[in-house]
Parts: sequence; structure tokens; C-alpha cells
Amino acid sequence: MELFLHPESPGEKLLLMVIAIAIFVAVTGAILGLLSLPKRAPRWLTPLGFLAPAVVAVCFGLVYPAAVTVGNSFKDRTGQEFVGLDNYAQAFTEGQFLIVLRNSVLWVVLVPLLATAMGLLYAALVDRTRFEKTAKTLMFLPMAISMVGASIIWKFVYDNKVGLLSQAYVWVASLFGQEVTAPQWLMNAPANTAFLIVVMVWIQAGFAMTVLSAAIKAIPDEINEAALLDGLSQWQLFRTITIPMIRPSIVVVLTTVAMTSLKAFDVVRTMTGGNFDTSVIANEFYTQSFTNQNKGMGAALAVLLFVIIIPVIVYNVRQLRKSEEVRR
Amino acid sequence: MSTAKSTPRERRLTRVERRLIASKNRLSSPWASGIALVIAMLWTVPTIGLLVTSFRGNRRQITSSGWWEALAPANWGSFSLVNYETALGAQNKLGDYFTNSLVVTLPSVLIPITLALLAAYAFAWTEFRGRNILFIAIFSLQVVPIQVTMIPLLTQYVNWGLEGTFWVLWLSHAMFGLPLAIFLLHNFMREIPRELIEAARVDGAGHVQVFLRVVMPLMTPAIASFAIFQFLWVWNDLLVALAFAGNTPEVAPLTARLSDMVGSRGSAWHLLSAGAFISMVVPVAVFLALQRFFVRGLLAGSVKG
Repeated sequence: MELFLHPESPGEKLLLMVIAIAIFVAVTGAILGLLSLPKRAPRWLTPLGFLAPAVVAVCFGLVYPAAVTVGNSFKDRTGQEFVGLDNYAQAFTEGQFLIVLRNSVLWVVLVPLLATAMGLLYAALVDRTRFEKTAKTLMFLPMAISMVGASIIWKFVYDNKVGLLSQAYVWVASLFGQEVTAPQWLMNAPANTAFLIVVMVWIQAGFAMTVLSAAIKAIPDEINEAALLDGLSQWQLFRTITIPMIRPSIVVVLTTVAMTSLKAFDVVRTMTGGNFDTSVIANEFYTQSFTNQNKGMGAALAVLLFVIIIPVIVYNVRQLRKSEEVRR
Repeated sequence: MSTAKSTPRERRLTRVERRLIASKNRLSSPWASGIALVIAMLWTVPTIGLLVTSFRGNRRQITSSGWWEALAPANWGSFSLVNYETALGAQNKLGDYFTNSLVVTLPSVLIPITLALLAAYAFAWTEFRGRNILFIAIFSLQVVPIQVTMIPLLTQYVNWGLEGTFWVLWLSHAMFGLPLAIFLLHNFMREIPRELIEAARVDGAGHVQVFLRVVMPLMTPAIASFAIFQFLWVWNDLLVALAFAGNTPEVAPLTARLSDMVGSRGSAWHLLSAGAFISMVVPVAVFLALQRFFVRGLLAGSVKG
């Protein structure tokens, strides 16, 4: 039993993993075996057998806990007393939470705009060049590493002694004949939020670039050639042909990145821990729920995330359908 | 303009030739190349900085001089693997956390893919009442931010006595990954020609046989697309790891440990730089090897966050 719950050595852990996979494969095999046995099984049996595991899993893992959390958001910090809308009122009035909301708005607006602009610019610039593939991989790689890893990379850029930004700051100042020491970039509000946003833009731009690059390539060559023959410059072509033609994809990228930025807490958690007025809703949720043990407030913040996301997703799905129609 | 386009001379150019002409046009602008180069540098130099730092042998220098100074030929002698040795050594044991990441990730990829394949098959190729409504319901569950589920799930895990074990991490990742997996795999599964399925059915094959013999082999690229998504998602995840295994070093993955190290030992740069690269090796390798599938999944409208 110890092995099953608390394996200690790496070997034991790997063994447990293999056992768990074996159990899972055996159970799945048994279900499939049972389903293929009866010759005259009722018609509903097959769909039921195929669907039941997944449906049970999402009900237990998503539907039921979400319902409980909505309920908890109307209760006090221990989850016992009903307090009505107090948690929400507090989130929208207290100074500390107002800063959190302000930061979240900044994240949700600036990250998608900047990441999309960067991704689009880069996709257009490297399109059909000799190094296109390599160039695209360079911008895309931050998507493959964790946000924690990216945060560590940027902690380094922002370090006030050995960071590249600090060094650049000192160099530029010395060009103007000034002797300066670099500030603590991540400690001075409100600029520190901007520095964290840069990190998220750095992570997300690759996604924007990939989707938009595919959209640009989907524009028929004939259209571009016709426009060039009409005497449009590259810039005019980009502005009057490319952008309007990939508009649906741009909207999808903007909304998708907006949702990712709203839900992500890794960068803030790792780089500042939410201190120095840099917290966002997703990070505050974690702090309230797990550090401050304030169940009610944590639940209210989680529900807030949920409520903000719904209209964005609905809009996103509509645009996605449109962009797929365009691509076909 | 259409007359100019359709002259016979234009027509005779193959697609490849036209691409060549177009690429010549693009390269001719030094401004464009210059801007692209600057952007490419902004996206790579920070990572290179950390990479160089991780190989700097002199711990004191790491916190007193910039990494670019180590690039001067005179300083090349100080490069070494000592930071990696310290990070993986008996005191910091990042190797153990690496194992944890691996043990957490593999089942967390395998389980949702299997369950989602079964469900996607039922949605695509079987008939039952309420099929469309159920599919839309599961599809819309992608909206639920996992934050909303954390506390009730944790309470449940504590009641079962399973908190801080691999089991709850596997279960949680599997459950959270399902809506996207079902949606994505269903999209790919619908594209299998109906005749193929029906021919097999007419030949007397049951749904299980059709699923295993006909559908599964055709689904390999789709499975690869989702697998790489889920792999990167789970390996790089911090939230689920902190919430369900944050206080359990025996189970916590690399991300949780690194995030903790930044907070508690912010100046241990030599450890952090090596640790960060140890955590990046696997996802970057997977990504570079399977980039094709990843981009395909991305463009299929599958985006998780």
C-alpha cells in the first residue's frame, strides 16, 4: 500500500506509473471486451459504454466542483455562513482588490494587442524568405517552455545588477553622460506590471505568429499578384489586402490570447508573487484560496474569471467558424 | 487587373517559380530584414543569456557581472557543468523532481486521449438520443477555468485520503483535458469517410472492431496533435501542481519546485539557471520533433489555457 500511495525512490515512482498505466489499459480493455461480447446487445449499450467514462469524469471533475464553487462564493471564509454578495462587493470596492482588477484589465487588453501586433508583423516580414522556417521556430519556442521557465529567463533580464535591461539602461544613460544605477524594475508600481506583461507577450507572440502566418499563406497568390500589378506598394498591399483578408483570424488570436492572459497566474506567481501591486485575478484567487484560506473570496474570484470568460469564448467560437469558412 | 493576371505568359509559371519571384521581392527590402532580425533577437537573447549563465562555473561572478562578459574569449575557461551538478546533486535533487514531472505527465496524457477517443467515436459514429446536446454540453465545458474546480476537488481528495499523491494529479489532468480532447478528436474523426465505416459494419464488424481496426489507425496524426498539446500542457503546468501537490516534495513536478526556488532563494541564480534548462530540455525536444503535429492541432482551433 505504501508503494501505491507514497512511492519514495525514483524507481518506485516509475514502477507505480507503469502499474497505473497497466490498470488503466486493463480496465479499458475489459470495457471494450464486454461491449463486443453480446451478439444481440441493445443499441444503446455501445454508446453508453464508449461515453460513460468520459462523461463521469467531466461531471466529477468540472460540473460538480464548478457548481459547489458558485455556491461557496456566496459564503464566508470558512464556507459555513451565507453572506450573500459580500465577497463580490468586497472585490469591487476594497483598494487591494481594485488594484488586482486594474492589473487584470491591463493584462487582458495589452497582452493580446501587443502579442498579436508582434506576431503579425513578424509573420509578414519573414513570409516567403529563405529563413522562414528557422525564424518562425525562434519566436515559437517560448510556447514550448513553461511560463515558470520563461519567468526565470526574464527575472534575469530584469535583475538590477546583472540583467540585460539594467545594463542597457546604464549604457544608454552613459551615452547622455549620466552616471546611474538601474532601478529595481519589478518593485516599482505601476511600471512593474508593464514589465510582467512584456514577459507574457514574449510567451504568446509565437502562437499569434503561427496562426496569422497560416492565414496569410491562405490568401490566394492571384490576389496579391493582381494588387502588385495594380501598382500597390508592399505596405499598401499589407494594409489594404492582407489585413482585411485575415481579419477573422486576427480576432480569434486576440480573444484566445486574452483568455490565456486572464487565466494564467504563473508569471505573476513566479516573478513577484503578486507583491508590489502586481497581482491579477488568477493569482489573487490562488493567494486567497490557498495562502489566506479564505474560501469564500477565492470562490468569488474564480467565479469572476468564469463570468468574464464566457462572452469572450462565445464570441471566439463564432469567429472561429467564420475563419474556417474563409479558409475553405 | 484581371486581364493582366490571365495572360498566357503568367499562366505558364508554376507555383514554385512564382514563389521564387515573390521571395526575391521580399528579400530586397533591407528594412524588412533588419526589423525581422531585431525581433528575432528580442525573442532569443533572453534565453541565450540564461543558457550562458547556466554554464558559468564561477558562482560569485554570476551575481556580480552580466552573462555577456563570460562570452569574452579570455573568460571561456570558466565554463563548466558545475551548476548542473549542484542542481542535480544530493542537496537540491532536481533530478528527483524531473522524475516526478515524467511520472505525472505520461499517464496524464495517455488517459484523457484514450477516454476521449472512445467518447469521440460514440459522438461521431453511433446513434443515440440526445447526442448533439451532450456533445455541445461537453464542448462548452472548455469554458470552465480550472480555478473554479480546485477547492471542491481538493476537499474531495482529502476526504478520500489521496491528497498529495500521483493519483490525484493523474485524475485531475485527465479530467481537465477531456473537453478539448473530445472536441479535437471528434473533429478529426468526422473526416473519416462514412463509406469506410459502413463497409466494415456491413461486413459484420461490431463497433469495437471498427473502432480498433478501422478508426484508430487513421487517427494517428490527430492523436499526435493532441498528445503533444496535452504533454506540453501537463509538463509545463504550475497551477494544478501547486494546488494538489504543492506541499509534497515526493510528488511535486519541476515547475512547482522552480517556482518555489525563485521565491525563497531569489539569488541562487546558478541553481535556477541550470534548473530552468533541465525543465526545458524535454518539452523543447518534444516540440522540435513533433512541431508539424503541434501546428496542425493549433490551427484546428484547439487552444487551451
